[in-house]
Amino acid sequence: MKITRVLALGLMLTVSGTAFAQGAPAPVVTPPAPQDGGLEVTVSDDSAWNDLGIAITSFATDQDVPTRTNAGTTAQLGRALAQVVAGDLKNNGLFKPSGPDGLPQPAYGQIQAPDYVTWASRSADMLVQGFVRAGGDGNLTIGCYLYDVQLKQQLVKGGWQVPPSDWRRAAHKCADMVYSRLSGESPFFDSKIAYIAETGPKNHRMKRLAIMDSDGANHRFLTSGQSMALTPRYSPDYSKILYLSYLNGQPSIYSYDLATDRQTLIARTGAPTLAPRWSPDGKWVLYSMAKGGTTDIYRISSAGGGTPQRLTNGPGINIGGSYSPNGSQIVFESDRSGSQQIYVMNSDGSNQRRISFFGGRAATPEWSPRGDQIAFTHIAGNLRVAVMNPNGGGMRHLTDSWQDEAPTWSPNGRIVQFFRTTKSTGVASIWQVDLTGRNERKLPTPVGASDPAWGPIRP
Amino acid sequence: MPSSLSSLRITRVGATALVVAGALAISACGKKAPAQLPPDPGPATSTETGQTGSYGPVAGSQADFVAKMMGADTIYFALDDSAVDAEDQTALAKQAQWLQQYPNKRATIEGHCDERGTREYNIALGERRANAAKNYLASLGIDPSRITTVSYGKERPIALGSDEASWAQNRRAVTVTID
Repeated sequence: MKITRVLALGLMLTVSGTAFAQGAPAPVVTPPAPQDGGLEVTVSDDSAWNDLGIAITSFATDQDVPTRTNAGTTAQLGRALAQVVAGDLKNNGLFKPSGPDGLPQPAYGQIQAPDYVTWASRSADMLVQGFVRAGGDGNLTIGCYLYDVQLKQQLVKGGWQVPPSDWRRAAHKCADMVYSRLSGESPFFDSKIAYIAETGPKNHRMKRLAIMDSDGANHRFLTSGQSMALTPRYSPDYSKILYLSYLNGQPSIYSYDLATDRQTLIARTGAPTLAPRWSPDGKWVLYSMAKGGTTDIYRISSAGGGTPQRLTNGPGINIGGSYSPNGSQIVFESDRSGSQQIYVMNSDGSNQRRISFFGGRAATPEWSPRGDQIAFTHIAGNLRVAVMNPNGGGMRHLTDSWQDEAPTWSPNGRIVQFFRTTKSTGVASIWQVDLTGRNERKLPTPVGASDPAWGPIRP
Repeated sequence: MPSSLSSLRITRVGATALVVAGALAISACGKKAPAQLPPDPGPATSTETGQTGSYGPVAGSQADFVAKMMGADTIYFALDDSAVDAEDQTALAKQAQWLQQYPNKRATIEGHCDERGTREYNIALGERRANAAKNYLASLGIDPSRITTVSYGKERPIALGSDEASWAQNRRAVTVTID
């Protein structure tokens, strides 16, 4: 398992002081406290993202030596790191990054002493530089610096020690640091996505559990496809995935343990279970159970054992459930009024009330990790991804296509992923859109993809 | 819960065979059943059809059930609805007659939905449809313990178009007897 490889990211400050004394960059991790005169950029829901020009240069190395990464030598890795950083910042429509291709490549000694004049003449507002060093133990030390070219000032820096297999994480950490410093928002690039990989024709489609990094890299299939898999959810600590499988014939929720690759039924109910959800602290699991033509939502301890507690009591289909960030409330879907609508209840099932009153049907609600919005599928002819306030007001569509459904939030509540189905062929793909609705893009997946479930920032 | 993997597989294969027969019979049974035929599901992958040479299906087999039902093994539903209407009742009565003739046979009712709904809700809705069919069979005197239900939501369409006619074919509950 790879969890053991997560080293003390961001904790190399003490090491670096001595390790890089000989003129090398000495990354010291400090809290990204804004210096006086630092750039102030406010990003709100309704404003367009910034058009800040950011130059991202190939990370320099003190010595071009082989690494045990798939990127090659340290010099090649330096370029790859910059490409990942640029890809993160670009693909989300936040900034206008350039590089590393077509930009001058700073020397190792320049990483902490940027050539501001050159960058100013190239009209760069911001400059990202970094370095990569291979350690004797095979681990890599990667440093990342953000400079304000106009102010001729370093805004923030970070350093990470990672095993070779985790080199992309250091790049995501760098992109997160730059993003957070410039936008004032919480980071989200260093995170993973569970989803359903789809292959084959519409009437014989294979659906497999799969995972990938937030940018689509490090893709991995977890199930063989012999049994249909649907609707995964990462546990908050990334140790497990809850998902629906037809392994026993009936749709049932399994808990897939990523350390052991084993899976267990979460509840032996004798009835189909579906729509698994975690509480934000990972202590509770919600599931829905269909019995006698009605479906209700239950809560059980994620540790196993204990009696399931029934939270809804009909009529009709009550399904799903997404906790508010503080765990006190649950937003869910019910057709008790005659059609799918969105309801909120306290986490013990009390005080159930409908919040969606804007026409059409409303389904698959997901509470933003920030708490301020609920994303859902709005069904009125086409299926579209929309957001609303937790009181049901302020409904806005984020997408406008034939069939977009099942939104999932980025860890910082700024981006929504969902899946889009193509008319007739039924081919599914994962897309993401920011809260302005303007920056929409398709995620690169090796095969068809649906049911994205975005996990939190990695520990 | 279905008992074993092998019986499961048989059920699924049975459903495939059923698809063909059901579709061929559709024009005869009319109702919401659209004229459009689903594409050929491909070569059969199983021998569990109960065929015995040229003498037709073995009495009491799933193949016999399919042949006798002439399309009445499948009932169709209105949009976002699981009500059993008069035409469904006729079909279910025919199914009940067969099941009464072979009291040792068990059956699975598969509930399905069209593609124009969300995935999880459709699994619950397919279950509700299968359950509605089961309840009606029970009201006709079929022991409910002989019948299991399973929902595939919108995951197993029989008609592949993205149009009203295809969706009407996909909103269905299919009875598959277990050989």
